[in-house]
Amino acid sequence: MNRLILAVCTVLLAPVALGETVAVVGGDVLTVGPAGRIAGATVVITDGLITAVGADVKVPADARVIDAKGKLVTPGLFTPFGTLGLVEVGSSAGPVDSVQRGNQFAASFTVADAFNPRSTLIAINRIEGVTRALIAPGGSSADALGNRSHVISGLAAVANLSGTAASIDKRDAALVVNLGEKGVAFAGSSRASALLELRHALVEAIDYQAHGDAYELGAHADYVYSTTDLAVLGRVINGEIPLLAKVDRASDIERLLDLADEFKIRTIVHGGVESWMVAKRLAAARVPVILAPENNLPANFDRINARSDLAAELYAAGVKIAFADGSGSTHNARNITQSAGNATVGGLPWDAALRAITLNPAEIYGVADRLGSIEVGKQGDIVVWPGDPFELTVYPDAVLIRGQVQAMNSRQTLLRDRYLEADTSKPPAWRH
Amino acid sequence: MLAGCGSDEGQEDSAERAFASQYTSLASDSVLLRGATVLTGTGERLDAADVLLADGKIVAVGADLEADDAEVVDAADKWITPGVIDVHSHLGVYPSPSTASHSDGNEMSAPVTAEVWAEHSVWPQDPGFAAALAGGVTSLQVLPGSANLIGGRGVTLKNVPGRSVMDMKFPGAPHGFKMACGENPKRVYGSRGTAPSTRMGNVAGYRAAWIKAADYRDKMQAAADGAGEAPVRDLQLETLVGVLDGEILVHNHCYRADEMAVMLEIAKEFGYKIAAFHHAVEAYKIPDLLAANETCAAMWADWWGFKMEAFDGIRENAALVDRAGACAIIHSDSEIGIQRLNQEAAKVIGAAARAGIEIPPERAVQWLTQNAAKALGISDSVGTLEAGKMADVVVWSGNPFSVYTRAERVYIDGALVYRRGDAATNPVTDFSLGTAAANGGAL
Repeated sequence: MNRLILAVCTVLLAPVALGETVAVVGGDVLTVGPAGRIAGATVVITDGLITAVGADVKVPADARVIDAKGKLVTPGLFTPFGTLGLVEVGSSAGPVDSVQRGNQFAASFTVADAFNPRSTLIAINRIEGVTRALIAPGGSSADALGNRSHVISGLAAVANLSGTAASIDKRDAALVVNLGEKGVAFAGSSRASALLELRHALVEAIDYQAHGDAYELGAHADYVYSTTDLAVLGRVINGEIPLLAKVDRASDIERLLDLADEFKIRTIVHGGVESWMVAKRLAAARVPVILAPENNLPANFDRINARSDLAAELYAAGVKIAFADGSGSTHNARNITQSAGNATVGGLPWDAALRAITLNPAEIYGVADRLGSIEVGKQGDIVVWPGDPFELTVYPDAVLIRGQVQAMNSRQTLLRDRYLEADTSKPPAWRH
Repeated sequence: MLAGCGSDEGQEDSAERAFASQYTSLASDSVLLRGATVLTGTGERLDAADVLLADGKIVAVGADLEADDAEVVDAADKWITPGVIDVHSHLGVYPSPSTASHSDGNEMSAPVTAEVWAEHSVWPQDPGFAAALAGGVTSLQVLPGSANLIGGRGVTLKNVPGRSVMDMKFPGAPHGFKMACGENPKRVYGSRGTAPSTRMGNVAGYRAAWIKAADYRDKMQAAADGAGEAPVRDLQLETLVGVLDGEILVHNHCYRADEMAVMLEIAKEFGYKIAAFHHAVEAYKIPDLLAANETCAAMWADWWGFKMEAFDGIRENAALVDRAGACAIIHSDSEIGIQRLNQEAAKVIGAAARAGIEIPPERAVQWLTQNAAKALGISDSVGTLEAGKMADVVVWSGNPFSVYTRAERVYIDGALVYRRGDAATNPVTDFSLGTAAANGGAL
């Protein structure tokens, strides 16, 4: 019995074998890059990087071949917001490592350090095509001792779903802040208070940039924020790290844009239910929006003007978009393809919907030089689909991350196979 | 032509009784839907078939139907199904916007509140009703939440706008009855230092309630037989006795297979039937037990892991229940999910195919229609496209299990109540006036 269990574990933890060459042969390749769609093409990946893409590419003699004839080949999917690897079971079980309460540290809280590449969620989402994810801190209501989360939640990271030790691609992809109704919850009273907390933090960071040396010598008044926080905020001021702001109401988005203009910082809107009302300004400021196409109800007074065709409206106005699950439930990050399909029904062009779940998130988080499309020089994140990837009845045939062919099983497929078994002569506990 | 008030069953729901249905179907003309792929809800698929609606009823389904006075709608390339039925909704009791002042779904003041009725919390102006209609939902059961062991009565509604909940009540539908297993009741009451704080405490709580109910029933019966005085009318016990008598149908929130098995034992002990387990995330582990007890499993396609008792969720769940001959239902429990129950079923179809189980569309549609109607006790009047049934019908732009398909027309009792892209036909709640939704933006 132990031998069997060991065999299962070996399959689940697909070993990394650098130096391998893989060729995905004969598929219709949707590169999401300048080459567009290439029919009957071959993609070659060597040492984790894409080395050739095209219809007349020769398959190297030593390559492991994946037959994709009659199939669609896309870049790996990139979910632009969630808590993969940070939360196993959200309610009354844990671990939940995405939330920090108390104000000693805010901006410098780094979820990358809590990431668990062996979380059950990783394989479950990986086998459905998700290869990269933004993992983000989030606020939460006050605990029993009255400790509340700060308006600034901390640093979000880009992670891959390889399940290996080398899962964090970028530790500091964005600084998460909460405005609007969420900001009210954390700032304690008004959304103006939330904006004020953020502004104060930025002002201190600028002051610290100018007077940090004096402060270290004891020749400057104390700061509210820790120096580790001020260092991170300084990188926001310098334009190195964008602010990822949870905000829905149109007027709150306008205030965020005012703040961005004033401090010359980069911002990303997360939620953005009413963002269509300020789409022109968002486009002019080149501020992307991460949205859930299914969120069409006035769930609160920040979302009164919700609409199903939000993605199409923003796209038409020239705003860069990406899709995140509305519930924030990362367990089903895999449903990003459903969101893409639904967005097309709202009027978004199909190619734009595919871009929104691949290249756009990579661009938004500054990793598009390595990720997001099938182009020579980029990392080999590839998904082979037997049909239209947005269709709910279509599941991937093969998934590659950095050129590694992934095992197509997960804890859920093991559960399924145990109860799918026609031979019921053995109790479930012995079916493995 | 104005249709009559309610149905024959509606007359039984006597006007003398408080809170009886006052539903009146909207005006309708005869309609002949021509040339569609028809999934009847009985497990049949008819290609290039017609559906004739008149007087609020389905008159006929088949090839080359004729009707002189009917409006003919070209439905070639369209698919037609019975109206979608959601057995688990909190529309109206947890409406949008979900402010604290709207939080009316859980009477979290005692673990047994059989005396409360969800319909007394339903806010008919919830914009979620109109959004669900755009998803083809023609009937739904609104339930109390799951904080309590016994949460109270559920109500089945026709998805039509009304000024009061009585205007929406499905004529003649039995009441539902909400019970909850597992984590929620023990967390809510355990955190207050009161019972139940464990699963064994949960079970003791259900059993104590049924013992009181049986005693109340016996005393009432004795009084009716002239042996002693009737006890004072007790709303809580009255509802519980309604369950024991089979007049009120049990809908039991229960995730884990082992807990469902225990609940079936309790039902056996006290002589009642469980119509359906809801959120039955582990139903695939006990499909034989469900089939033997004629208890439906109402499931999400893929919700899992948000709590410990949901950790073993798999996408093939509904398919494995269906394969075993048990009654499988896809439900929403969500104002968002209710708008796309067809998409949830599609996920199961795909996952089942991946596991080697082929489920044709005519089979899967039963999870949203006929099986749901059975669990709600309304399968005599809705859930299938059969002559004589209420004309609750959806015309889809294509195969309803494609992500690109949308409901184009929705009929309730023969009346066109939704038409995609036609703002004049579609209802707008008072709350949505002046918002994007009022201009069709939400749909």
